[in-house]
Amino acid sequence: MSHDEAGKVIFEYGREGRSAGAQLPPPAPDPDDLPASLRRQQRPALPEVSELQAVRHYTRLSQKNFSIDTNFYPLGSCTMKHNPRACNSLAMLPQFLGRHPLAPPGAGQGFLACMHELQDILAEVTGMQRVSLAPAAGAQGEFAGVSMIRAYHDARGDHERQEILVPDAAHGTNPASAVMCGYRTRELPTDRNGDVDLDALRAAVGPQTAGIMLTNPSTVGVFERHIAEIAAIVHEAGGLLYYDGANLNAILGKVRPGDMGFDVIHLNLHKTFSTPHGGGGPGAGPVGVRETLLPYLPVPMVGETDGRFHWLTEADCPETIGRMTAFAGNAGVLLRAYIYIRMLGREGMIRVGEYATLNANYMMARLRAEGFELAFPERRASHEFIVTLKREHDQYGVSAMDFAKRLLDYGFHAPTMYFPLLVPECLLIEPTETETREEIDAFVDVLVRIREEAASDPDILHNAPHNLPLRRLDEVRAAKELHLRWSPETG
Amino acid sequence: MPFIPHTETDVHEMLAAIGVERIDDLFDEIAPELRAGDLGGIPDGLPEMAVTRLMHERARAEGDMLCFTGAGAYPHHIPQAIWQIVGRGEFYSAYTPYQAEASQGTLQVVYEFQSMISALAGMEVANASLYDGGSALGEAVLMAVRANRKARSKRVLVPRTVHPHYRAVARTVVGNQGLELVDVPFAPETGLTGVDALTAAAGDEGVAAVVIPQPNFLGGLEDVDALVDRAHALGALAVAVVNPTSLALLRPPGEWGEQGADIVIGEGQPLGIPLSAGGPYFGFLCTRKAMARQMPGRVVGRTTDADGHTGYVMTLRAREQDIRRSKATSNICTNQGLMVTAATIYMALMGPEGLERVARHSHAGAVALRSALAGIQGVEPLFDGPIFHEFTVRIDGPPVAEILDALAGRGILGGYALEGAYPEVGNSLLLCSTELHTEDDRAAYVEALTEVLAGGR
Repeated sequence: MSHDEAGKVIFEYGREGRSAGAQLPPPAPDPDDLPASLRRQQRPALPEVSELQAVRHYTRLSQKNFSIDTNFYPLGSCTMKHNPRACNSLAMLPQFLGRHPLAPPGAGQGFLACMHELQDILAEVTGMQRVSLAPAAGAQGEFAGVSMIRAYHDARGDHERQEILVPDAAHGTNPASAVMCGYRTRELPTDRNGDVDLDALRAAVGPQTAGIMLTNPSTVGVFERHIAEIAAIVHEAGGLLYYDGANLNAILGKVRPGDMGFDVIHLNLHKTFSTPHGGGGPGAGPVGVRETLLPYLPVPMVGETDGRFHWLTEADCPETIGRMTAFAGNAGVLLRAYIYIRMLGREGMIRVGEYATLNANYMMARLRAEGFELAFPERRASHEFIVTLKREHDQYGVSAMDFAKRLLDYGFHAPTMYFPLLVPECLLIEPTETETREEIDAFVDVLVRIREEAASDPDILHNAPHNLPLRRLDEVRAAKELHLRWSPETG
Repeated sequence: MPFIPHTETDVHEMLAAIGVERIDDLFDEIAPELRAGDLGGIPDGLPEMAVTRLMHERARAEGDMLCFTGAGAYPHHIPQAIWQIVGRGEFYSAYTPYQAEASQGTLQVVYEFQSMISALAGMEVANASLYDGGSALGEAVLMAVRANRKARSKRVLVPRTVHPHYRAVARTVVGNQGLELVDVPFAPETGLTGVDALTAAAGDEGVAAVVIPQPNFLGGLEDVDALVDRAHALGALAVAVVNPTSLALLRPPGEWGEQGADIVIGEGQPLGIPLSAGGPYFGFLCTRKAMARQMPGRVVGRTTDADGHTGYVMTLRAREQDIRRSKATSNICTNQGLMVTAATIYMALMGPEGLERVARHSHAGAVALRSALAGIQGVEPLFDGPIFHEFTVRIDGPPVAEILDALAGRGILGGYALEGAYPEVGNSLLLCSTELHTEDDRAAYVEALTEVLAGGR
């Protein structure tokens, strides 16, 4: 396959009049009852290809991806663990796929039964009173959670609380979600050991504080040790605690957000509960609350009356913050999480946190022994940890980006880079519990080798990747020229 | 252990390398009083064999209905190739293409998707998708207000002929941002939004955007040229809400009125996504190139690599939450990547000819069903204007909810009861037909409804 052929877009394979004949319905008469003023005059520029051409093109494109199924993918804060195949095939049984979102409960109870159980299990494992599965992604879960905090204060007539506290190392979605709920945000500094600076927190809280958004273990890869004190300080000031579930994998079954003092949480089912990442979604971001926030949970939820399951909607939950999507969130993703949870069970869930933590601490110990610099060397790793390549940067003139691109040459997906922003030249590494010790060892060995390359010939790193279908891509040009679509006229 | 590969020797040696004795020692920074109890409410784990049996039982409890309900989610044929390719691990188990060189598959698929969906909508650019049609409306309304600062207004006109759930989602999304969503009533005799109703709803306070559905939720085809022109005359941006299948037959929003719509959104489910109890689906959003920087969510652009070869990257990243934090255009992080992959393959397989056939069959089936139902005593089409593939009938008889239960008992999902969301239309039903429905299917519906109305259960 020549490069030019490999680089074609699907449109370029098309010929006028060609089609995937078996997939098309038979020809149909012209709808002459539609007024001409409403009719489309020119056909849309869609590809005209055969079934084989489409299958081959998209199969080849798939082969240009790194994925969990093909590569170790230690992308920090993303929990790229194995996606069991049973979760996919059982969630795609035809009866589940065929269920219309507005089908009445009487049309089938199987799906609703799974959702009801999932709500209960997620509430139990997080220490929350109740869970709504409605949010379609983590960011929507955050939005729903902060909206509930707002609804709580509003219901009490406490309109002065206009500020959400967010640690400086938080995911960008945290401040962005708070702003979408009409709040302003205030950043809290992280102390030298990776914990929230308690003095800064004490100085920041007051009658303007609506709440705080925290990830624990935090985004710097350590467990926030002062969580009980933080909860006391924020609650004392009249604010609520929001738990960002991005890192729940580290403590699943070991520590529950509810027991740490959190009032409202979201979970990323595509992280902790192993639903597929799908090249960037769909995710699912259920939210859980303590009793005080129960009335505000987003709809729909699944209720049970006398052993029969039914939807709870606006009519049943008059104080709800509302609907997050037109129907019931990412139902098929929720089914996959349910199947995963049933396979893990209680013991399996506890093991997730244990082995994720074991793998991260083992890799951290090995990298430390190899002389890499850790961002928080005094701390235990959670399910992930941060290496800083500042020294390599200063000594050899290579960046964390260069390391990342060179890792691709060796067949490893790069860790998360340059996040959190407060650690220079950093890699945030999350091996997950489903990787073998051999895989972790191989990754460490390659990092050592890349550092040797940096010392002997840094251009190997600067010019990486070398072994992939494409060399390093020009992001500046993409933003400047802004070519966002193919067209028949201009290509 | 399920999904965990460690042998006892592994664990032993790994703990030794770390310098601790037990796995539990790794949790020694966590205060003992925070440790979880026994999680008694969580069932024991099951092997794959037992879970397979359980899920088949649950699936059987779902029944198998002949579906005439649409209302935002439509049964269509899904070519087998689509989900076999989408299910490939390289698509299924990859993440956001942060490392572009190792993600060209996902990135090129999104670029092709943006190309196809903007061609379908008659617009210049598209983003990489949003969660669904409802959340896309919320994001489009926010985008319109951002992009139309010169209107000096945060009011947005939303016809009542827009999907009631989309309006609910938009209220949830914009509720705390100082925007006002103003209802625009429809004409009771046509089920359509009149231009003068827009002007009346606009009042003297200015309007940032006007939402225009086509087809509208009640199945009718709006006078989109007049509505877009009136929106622009009011100083507002026009936000179109469209069904992607319909665009094979109907004039694309980019050509509505003198200048075309400014933002186009819709639900992508009809493009190869199963009904699947409501999700995952995806929302699409298209706009003019000049407004590309106001779009929410991910966008993929074409570029070159160090050797000058064509490749693809995520672009306009400076709008996004992980970079702009509190000043981002939206908090959205993921898109619905896998769903977009399915839709891209669907559009490639269907092509212009296939999509037009799907649209024509759907339209013809709905027209035929509407006239057949009109022949039943007590059933009357609510409006008589042109439709795409969905329509409303009023029923002089028992409450629609009871009728739907009776139809469900006969294995038919009979439509959507309108009275809850639209008290003004009374005892009415919204239903669709698509290329999946045969003449026999429609005859079965007509027969079942006739019997139910005649008092049979």
